[in-house]
Amino acid sequence: MYKILLKQDLTPDIYLFKVAAPAVAKKAQPGQFVVIRINERGERIPLTIAGWDEDEGSVTIVFMEVGTTTRKLALLETGDFITNLIGPLGLPTHIEKFGTVICVAGGVGVAPIAPIARAMRREGNKVISILGARSKDLLFWEDELRSVSDQLIVTTDDGSYGRKGLVTEPLKELLESGERVDRVIAIGPSIMMKFCARTTEPFGVKTVVSLNPIMVDGTGMCGCCRVSVGGVTKFTCVDGPDFDGHQVDWDLLFARQRIYLDEEKHSFEQWQSQVAGAVEK
Amino acid sequence: MPKLNLNRELMPRQDPKLRSRNFNEVALGYSAEQAKAEASRCIQCPKCPCVDGCPVEIDIPGFIKAILDDNMPEAVRILKDKNSLPGICGRVCPQETQCEATCVLAKKGAPSAIGRLERYVADWERANMGTSASSVVLPPPTGKRVAVVGSGPAGLVAAADLAKLGHSVTIFEALHVAGGVLMYGIPEFRLPKDIVQAEVDYVASLGVKIELDSVVGKLETVDELLNNGYQAVFLGTGAGLPMFLNIPGENLNGIYSANEFLTRVNLMKAYRFPEYDTPVKVGKKVAVIGGGNVAMDSARCALRLGADEVYIVYRRSEAEMPARREEVENAQEEGIQFKLLTNPKQFLGDEQNWVVGMECYEMELGEPDEGGRRRPIVKEGSEFIIDVDVVIVALGTTPNPLIASTTEGLKTTKWGTVVADESTGKTVKDKVWAGGDIVTGAATVISAMGAAKRAAASIDEYLNAL
Repeated sequence: MYKILLKQDLTPDIYLFKVAAPAVAKKAQPGQFVVIRINERGERIPLTIAGWDEDEGSVTIVFMEVGTTTRKLALLETGDFITNLIGPLGLPTHIEKFGTVICVAGGVGVAPIAPIARAMRREGNKVISILGARSKDLLFWEDELRSVSDQLIVTTDDGSYGRKGLVTEPLKELLESGERVDRVIAIGPSIMMKFCARTTEPFGVKTVVSLNPIMVDGTGMCGCCRVSVGGVTKFTCVDGPDFDGHQVDWDLLFARQRIYLDEEKHSFEQWQSQVAGAVEK
Repeated sequence: MPKLNLNRELMPRQDPKLRSRNFNEVALGYSAEQAKAEASRCIQCPKCPCVDGCPVEIDIPGFIKAILDDNMPEAVRILKDKNSLPGICGRVCPQETQCEATCVLAKKGAPSAIGRLERYVADWERANMGTSASSVVLPPPTGKRVAVVGSGPAGLVAAADLAKLGHSVTIFEALHVAGGVLMYGIPEFRLPKDIVQAEVDYVASLGVKIELDSVVGKLETVDELLNNGYQAVFLGTGAGLPMFLNIPGENLNGIYSANEFLTRVNLMKAYRFPEYDTPVKVGKKVAVIGGGNVAMDSARCALRLGADEVYIVYRRSEAEMPARREEVENAQEEGIQFKLLTNPKQFLGDEQNWVVGMECYEMELGEPDEGGRRRPIVKEGSEFIIDVDVVIVALGTTPNPLIASTTEGLKTTKWGTVVADESTGKTVKDKVWAGGDIVTGAATVISAMGAAKRAAASIDEYLNAL
């Protein structure tokens, strides 16, 4: 059992948990993830690590309510327990002194990208970050990301805060400005990562994306998370989650992310009616 | 001399029609009368070749005699002296190629039903004595610590044997429950999970600590374990990496590795979705590729989940199938259709990336290969299409490279297996032993247990000399 030491509401549907997991905190590196199982009947879902504190023995995860499990997770409070937390899994993000690195974060992607930006900067890179969200009330961790970046550009789709537009627009301008960019890291919704990769491709700048397919065990055992990169099948859990965004077969990823849409809907409706029933009682 | 009784006591089983729609155990176990009747068939021959056929050298005539003498606690004691997991072995060991193959009555075509009797004793113990080790007298602690990586059959047996010798043992398990393939792989209807749990609990009651959620190599590495107070490490991480066919269309939606399909169903209990959160796609027409026990397990799970038609697609003929005869017969009785001498060429998908068909070749058998089985050869121009909406690829597994890639100085083969001495389990790396599928590639539960026993003896010898 893993105790939730702290819960924060970051936006109306994005939450932060600091969870007691000393062994994981000791080994975690930027870009890795954990698998959690909320209770005895829960499914195993992967969540990227957003931070860790070895002294405190804690790991920070940030998640958005998207399905039944994340909605159940959002009901937990400080002091509650998560039944299982396994990690750190996956390969860490490749950190070295590249020169100038652009970190592009979409929505909840700011959480995993912050430790990467911090590590990149510590290594001596100039870090330019772009943080995008649909609107102002869905933005979080602006200050955290600013504190580990040399420059931060914020965009919102509706223009309610920062610059109006998508993250790919300032990304393209930076690449066109003549400034030498040595690497781009993009983390966020798959569609955003795809378009970041498409934006950088004509400029020949290596673009690393962190893929988020469906997983079960997260240790290479099942192959549920297989993706095609450069025409070769890879297991995201052990070969990734970071891959070269220019080589990823995005359509395959999107299709495989939709495998259980019907079941997710069914499971959610079932759970909702249970919750409603419990409230009536 | 009494006349030989050549009528093996039959195992009562659930009716095929009924069982093909439920996950309850297929084989129901002997009654006390049946067990005694079967036990009386053993002629108690002095040479007991059956013991030579057992990888863990159980005193088989001894426990059978105890059943006959109505001394069940003694039967339990004899069995558990050599085998810490009898409820599991009595169900999933291929006795027909081991102890029962070497039984003198096998020559008459009716060997003692040793597996069924083993199961009877284990089930009697669970019902009447519980499975705690309270009856086991442990020696004084040696103060030596051993780390066991993996809690499948090899890890559990190595841990139990070392604990019984007074060593302090910790098992590290990557998944959220202990048992490895016994939990995630073998289905409930062949090996009920409460029986696995009871035998895991027995191992824990010997004083073995079990750390779940612990991925060695990601948390501490083997070298760190050795530097942090463990005098020896036993690697029993099995063969958990699924093989695929590497043919076009294999990443279509609806195509599973057997590992994924069985993990969803057995470990995550997808057969009880949405009561349990993990879903699985069932499909109306399910094709399982392969001819081993895992293929049979997958096919029979798919049927129980409600598939209309389930096919076993195998590239050789029934005679070459590696699955246990009993499991093939069970599958056939339940209505699984066998498409033999058939091999997929590619998978066909719809515009949503869902698998809808499988283009296959007809095969014929040529000369025997290195393994002695006749080699399957493609019949050119024989392609035909099978309509499917779920495919399960059960071609086998190889060891997960995580341990080998994070451990300095281990030697591996080109198949990814760890090199270890057959009689001791000693690897080329100091203080590290290995046994089970991580050494042999995918094999049987009992051969992993035998390897673990030999390794435990070798580790004990090493620790005592320290």
